[in-house]
Amino acid sequence: MNTLIEFLEVHGGEMIYLTWQHLYITLSALFLGTIVAVPLGILLNKVPRKFGQFIIGIVSIMQTFPSLAILAFVIPFLGIGQGPAIFALFIYSLLPILRNTYVGIRGVDPALNESGKGMGMSAWERVRHVELPLATPVIMSGIRLASVYLVGWATLASYIGGGGLGDFIFNGLNLYQPEFIFAGAIPVTLMALLFELTLSKMEKGMTPNGLKAAA
Amino acid sequence: MLKFENVSKIYSGNHYAVQNLSFEVEKGEFIVFIGPSGCGKTTTMKMINRLIDPTEGVISIDDKDSNLQDTVQLRRDIGYVIQQIGLFPHMTIQENVTLVPRLLKWSKEKRKERAKELLKLVDMGEEYLTRYPNELSGGQQQRIGVLRALAADPPLILMDEPFGALDPITRDTLQGEFKDLQQRLGKTIVFVTHDMDEALKLADRMLILKDGKLVQIGTPDEILTEPANEFVEEFIGKERLIQMRANVETVEHMMNKHPVTIHESASLSVAIQVMREKRVDSLLVTDSEGYLKGYVDIEMIESNRNNNKTIADIHLTKIHTVHKKARLRDSISRILKLGASYVPVVDDDMRLLGILTRATLVDVVYDSIWGHEDPGKEDQIAATVEESVL
Ligand SMILES: Nc1ncnc2c1ncn2[C@@H]1O[C@H](COP(=O)(O)OP(=O)(O)OP(=O)(O)O)[C@@H](O)[C@H]1O
Ligand SMILES: [Mg+2]
Repeated sequence: MNTLIEFLEVHGGEMIYLTWQHLYITLSALFLGTIVAVPLGILLNKVPRKFGQFIIGIVSIMQTFPSLAILAFVIPFLGIGQGPAIFALFIYSLLPILRNTYVGIRGVDPALNESGKGMGMSAWERVRHVELPLATPVIMSGIRLASVYLVGWATLASYIGGGGLGDFIFNGLNLYQPEFIFAGAIPVTLMALLFELTLSKMEKGMTPNGLKAAA
Repeated sequence: MLKFENVSKIYSGNHYAVQNLSFEVEKGEFIVFIGPSGCGKTTTMKMINRLIDPTEGVISIDDKDSNLQDTVQLRRDIGYVIQQIGLFPHMTIQENVTLVPRLLKWSKEKRKERAKELLKLVDMGEEYLTRYPNELSGGQQQRIGVLRALAADPPLILMDEPFGALDPITRDTLQGEFKDLQQRLGKTIVFVTHDMDEALKLADRMLILKDGKLVQIGTPDEILTEPANEFVEEFIGKERLIQMRANVETVEHMMNKHPVTIHESASLSVAIQVMREKRVDSLLVTDSEGYLKGYVDIEMIESNRNNNKTIADIHLTKIHTVHKKARLRDSISRILKLGASYVPVVDDDMRLLGILTRATLVDVVYDSIWGHEDPGKEDQIAATVEESVL
């Protein structure tokens, strides 16, 4: 107990700062991932099916690269620091969101699309008033999934000088100081849980009422 | 209102889904496309609002080539009900019903008013406005689907098997309601079905398709009385042809073509003789051109007997007649109501063509029970009758 208080007295400020940094990296990557992957997922439903599948395939392959490899890969192009770290994580967030958006929109009953089209909705109006609302639950769960991954992966940002709670964890590992490992890992875990909870709340909140009653 | 000129739809090379289709639909008309599965009904319908583009030919609406119009605009002016209803599950009934008005940028108040107005048309209360489609029964959803197509008051409405998924009783109710509604609002309706009963019930005219080609177009009566070929006959079904015979058959087909008549110049004594010979108690009086003048019966002759008069001299009683094109069913009920033993059948100029007797009624009932042409059975029955007499 004493060690904990001592540790917090010495490193508490830094811990708060790193936690904030971690959150910032995660949220930035998630935000970028969402604003890129959701429109892309919608668009992929408008192009020939083969092409859509092809893009999804490529993104899936990118997902299998080890995280460190991607981080290492961005250094020659973007250098080191927070920006490159966010960029690398953003690449990672794409797949879950893209795939869920694509699948979610593909899953909208074609009859509804046809009915909308037949009533004179333009392509955009159908996206806005039919496809997006109906795919929202699936898209949101993709974002939630991505967020939980990102909180974990964001620890690796520390490797390329991106900061975050990874600094504590890797310092602890390098210097054999378990208290640092805990000081990093515990907030990361809590943060992941927090994202999971918040986003699943949002997911429920954003699910259209007419769909809820059906479930 | 709607005109097809040599319209074809060709899929992948040389498969004609619809081939060289030409027809016209009048304003306010209820036209039903009917035919077996895959004959091109849906394709034909969807070419109207250009969900499918025709490969060849011209479709015009109010004399405007639809191909030259903006599709989104075109569709907003045409109501559309798809087979699967297609209500948006995430929108309330009000939002669903007033979707097209919303696209057309009506104000919120106006949309709400319209939604209430529409629900009234099908006797649904305002409390439904805030419900979601999954909180409605199938029949109610179907009604909402139809209302949605009516929302912006389009003159033309397309419906692809809109009552397909309903139980027979609900379907029957909705068909009735809908036909009323259509007549009240004066809409032009293009309706797809493969259900012959539905088509006969709703259609002003039916368009029968087979393998993408038009086989026959006409009113239900025309199609029932004069099926274009064996395919149509088979498609209508023997049962139905027989059942409908009484409903649509004209008097002309079933009348007795040899009524007992007498010329107006004949004398009363000749009239009596004819009556005796033919064992009848009244005669139809005609002139030299065959025009019906009236009738004489035994009592009338009796009271004029003493003088040597001709029939033309006595005051002839006017008699109820039926036109040759009149429905048999209506005419029969007329005979029954009048209590007359027969009714003369005449043409446009009151020329006598035949008579309809109570015996005709028996024929019709017989037909509808045992079929029209089945001499085998007839013999059998005759035989049984004889036996029982013995
Ligand atoms: N996209 C398409 N590509 C190729 N052929 C098609 C396509 N859509 C329809 N067809 C063919 O065109 C023909 C007519 O189809 P259509 O959907 O109009 O039939 P239908 O009369 O509506 O049948 P049903 O009563 O089963 O709905 C069918 O032979 C069908 O296989
Ligand atoms: Mg069809």
